[in-house]
Amino acid sequence: MNGPGDFIFYAAAALTVGAAVLVAVLPNIIYAAIALLFAFAGVAGLYVFLSADFLAATQVLVYVGGILILILFAVFLSNRISDVKISNPGRFRLPAAAICLVLFGVLSYVAVSTPFAVKTPVYHPTTADLGELLMTRYLLPFEVASVLLLAALIGAAFLSRPDRGTPEKDDMQEGKG
Amino acid sequence: MTLDKLLVVAAALFCCGLYTVMTRRNAVAVLMGVELILNAANINFVAFSHFLSRVMGGQIFAVFVIVLAAAEAAVALAIFLRMFATTGTVEVDAADELKG
Amino acid sequence: MIRYAYIIPLLPLASFFINIAVGKRLPRKGDWLSLATILAGLVMSIGIFLEVFRAYDPNFKYHVVAPWLTVGDRFVLNVGILVDNVTAVMLLVVTGVSTLVHLFSIGYMHGDPRYNRFFAYLSIFSFSMLGLVLAESFFFIYVFWELVGLSSYLLIGFWFEKKSAADACKKAFIANRVGDFGFLIGTLIIFATCGGVLGYDQVFQAIGEGKLSGTLLTIAGIGIFCGAIGKSAQFPLHVWLPDAMEGPTPVSALIHAATMVAAGVYLVGRVYPIFTPDAFLFIAYIGFITLFIAATIALTQNDIKKVLAYSTISQLGFMIMGLGVGGFTAGLAHLTTHAAFKACLFLGSGSVIHAVHSQDLREMGALRKKMPITFVTFLIATLAIAGVPGFSGFFSKDMILAAALEFGMKNPQHYILFFGALFTAGMTAFYMFRLVIMAFFGEAKDHHKYDHAHESPPNMWVPLVVLAILSFSFWFKSPFVEKGWFQALIAKPATVANVAKAPAAPASMEHAAVLTADASHGSASAEGGGHAAVPAAHGEPAAVATHAEAGDHDAHIAHTAHSYAMYSSVAVGTLGIFLAFVVYSFGWIDPARVANSVKPLYNFLLNKWYFDELYDKTVIGGSIAFAKFLAWFDLHVVDGLVNLAAQLGVFVSFLVGKFDDYVVDGAVNGLASATIGGGSILRRLQTGKLYHYVFVLAGGALVIFLIKAF
Repeated sequence: MNGPGDFIFYAAAALTVGAAVLVAVLPNIIYAAIALLFAFAGVAGLYVFLSADFLAATQVLVYVGGILILILFAVFLSNRISDVKISNPGRFRLPAAAICLVLFGVLSYVAVSTPFAVKTPVYHPTTADLGELLMTRYLLPFEVASVLLLAALIGAAFLSRPDRGTPEKDDMQEGKG
Repeated sequence: MTLDKLLVVAAALFCCGLYTVMTRRNAVAVLMGVELILNAANINFVAFSHFLSRVMGGQIFAVFVIVLAAAEAAVALAIFLRMFATTGTVEVDAADELKG
Repeated sequence: MIRYAYIIPLLPLASFFINIAVGKRLPRKGDWLSLATILAGLVMSIGIFLEVFRAYDPNFKYHVVAPWLTVGDRFVLNVGILVDNVTAVMLLVVTGVSTLVHLFSIGYMHGDPRYNRFFAYLSIFSFSMLGLVLAESFFFIYVFWELVGLSSYLLIGFWFEKKSAADACKKAFIANRVGDFGFLIGTLIIFATCGGVLGYDQVFQAIGEGKLSGTLLTIAGIGIFCGAIGKSAQFPLHVWLPDAMEGPTPVSALIHAATMVAAGVYLVGRVYPIFTPDAFLFIAYIGFITLFIAATIALTQNDIKKVLAYSTISQLGFMIMGLGVGGFTAGLAHLTTHAAFKACLFLGSGSVIHAVHSQDLREMGALRKKMPITFVTFLIATLAIAGVPGFSGFFSKDMILAAALEFGMKNPQHYILFFGALFTAGMTAFYMFRLVIMAFFGEAKDHHKYDHAHESPPNMWVPLVVLAILSFSFWFKSPFVEKGWFQALIAKPATVANVAKAPAAPASMEHAAVLTADASHGSASAEGGGHAAVPAAHGEPAAVATHAEAGDHDAHIAHTAHSYAMYSSVAVGTLGIFLAFVVYSFGWIDPARVANSVKPLYNFLLNKWYFDELYDKTVIGGSIAFAKFLAWFDLHVVDGLVNLAAQLGVFVSFLVGKFDDYVVDGAVNGLASATIGGGSILRRLQTGKLYHYVFVLAGGALVIFLIKAF
């Protein structure tokens, strides 16, 4: 290790990977969600190492603060609380593990053995540049993304509407027959 | 910290996510696996952007990925909730209406 | 006049067409037209005969020929006429007898509903017979031969409402046809071997050159003679002639006495040069058998026309035998004389039948008082047929017997021909006088019929008188000369059946002739075979040496034979007549007692030697059996095969149907079920479970990566 920078890097990497492994393995879904949180955090840390300061912040805000909360909400809403043992034993773990390991092996091998044309990295703040790019060069994707968000919003809202006439609901209007 | 190390990390993340998708029974867990995969891809983008060229394209892309991940998560969770409301379960095994 | 000889047949032909077409509407139904044409023919024939007589040349020949049909360069069919001495005489005979018969028919057929048809048929018959006589090639003689057969069919079956008449004309035609088959074979052999020529001259020349010889020539000769067997009612095809008496009596007179049956004799005379000695032997024996059988049958018959019919067959046998033993002139002379007296006898019998309305001799008797003219003419003709000197029959029959005796003296193994013929001459005299006595002498057996009998009208007795006058011998030979004009002009033609002129060496004449012929042709035929070399060599030099002697020797034999024959024929003739008077007139011998004592023999003769019954069982029965077999064959085998083919077709289509059901449909259904099966297997891939899909996706991608990486 060359200096504390590397050590922190490795720590962040280990955190990320370890958390990911835990997400995959832990049977209890709540625990898996917590592990995911740490995985996101680890990724944010890695972003910092990659001179993507804005991205790191966005990661934490959106992923941890938004998506993870949503996931937790979904977990709680879609499981009977009374059923505490929210376990999730998976099936054919062995074949899946085999594939994943082999895949990891292949990808790692490719990553290590390919001679990338690496340039010396430059560290600089990216926020201003990102903002400028979004408004100029990547304006169209920006707008499209906003449209997409709108669609997602509407879709999600629609999907979540309460049903009329579902026997599970108590407040059925008896007046209509 | 070199490029290849970062790529290895990303690969590990990807494989974990893949394993999660394949193995987990709960749909939300599958979504978590998908998020892991997306994050792995993001790391790749940013790493390449940082090491291979001075262009910010990778980071922009990563931004958009995050945005889309969010939207997707929202919609997916809405679907899961609908599914829970209709069938009373969010197990992926239950969603096999399209089986042959 | 000879130049216009071809007109003679054409006149009756024209009469035929006119009478057939419009005869009914002509005055007198057109009988005068027929009579006129044939009378014109007679006049022209007399003219031709006078021309020929004036020439007085035994080798007289008038021959014109023109090509008619040409087939490429291989075959030319000629049409033309040939007039020589024989033709001239035949023309006279045919036109003469035909004219008299026409005349007689005017009276005899009076009132018949198909009167005009009768004369039309007489005309076509005359045309056919005259054409036959004038023909100059085998082709045309065959054509007219068949026409004569057709005409006789029409005439015999004139009263076809009677079943017996209809049967008789069919029998005549079929028996003729059987003979004609042989004729055709003979002609075809000649046609094939002589280089595709059919004219008499051409054929004689070709045979003389040796194109046809040996056994094949004998067969050809016998084949042509078969035609004569049929037409001239020789054994075994004689059975039609007695039945042919169903026709009107003028028909019998014309056809079965004088002309048509003579056609066979004429044919043999015409193609005389081509017969080999073996063929001649065959001809002679056929003639002999015929004359004998017919005479024995004639002894017992009670129908006047049947007696005359069998007498005709017997006399034809005489002619044929005469020709066979080498008596060319004799045979043709008898043909000529027989034409006259037999026609007279038939017409006379017609006159008797017309008067008495019966044909049965046992119902007649003492008619000489009622029908004097008929009686006298009938008697004259009977004297002629019995061979009494002074009458024409003696002249010709005597020649035949002399020829037979001469033949026997040269070939002692064939003496039977002479003795048999002599005996039959006696029989002839006997049965003919039996006829005369029973009909004209003695007591009337049936008084009712006797009372009604009367002499016939002139148009019936005039022909009788004419024919009777012609039955004397002075017409043919003056009593003061050795040989008459007939013998001078009608001379035996040189044979072309031998190439080397083999002289008449005694005892082996014919044998040597055949051998030398074979030796000179270099062919090993069946007869000469192994012996060809030695006797030929022996015969030739010996023959050359004795050639001059042989000629004298021949003449001596001929003279001796003639004398002996004459004396013996007169003797038997007299004996026969005397015996007839003894039995039937004087009554010294009772015919019924004689018949009873030899009852089986009598019945055998009375029933015509059971020939008809024999033929019915064998030939007719055989034909019918064969026809039945063919019918069975057609019904069961042929139809069976057809049905089998149909069944096969049905079966094949059944198989194809099954094939279509199981194999084709099976394939299609199989394909469908395979698809369904495959689908139901493959559908299990679609589990609907997400993680399965992801798994496969990841696995697949991994595989690709691995392949690409390594």
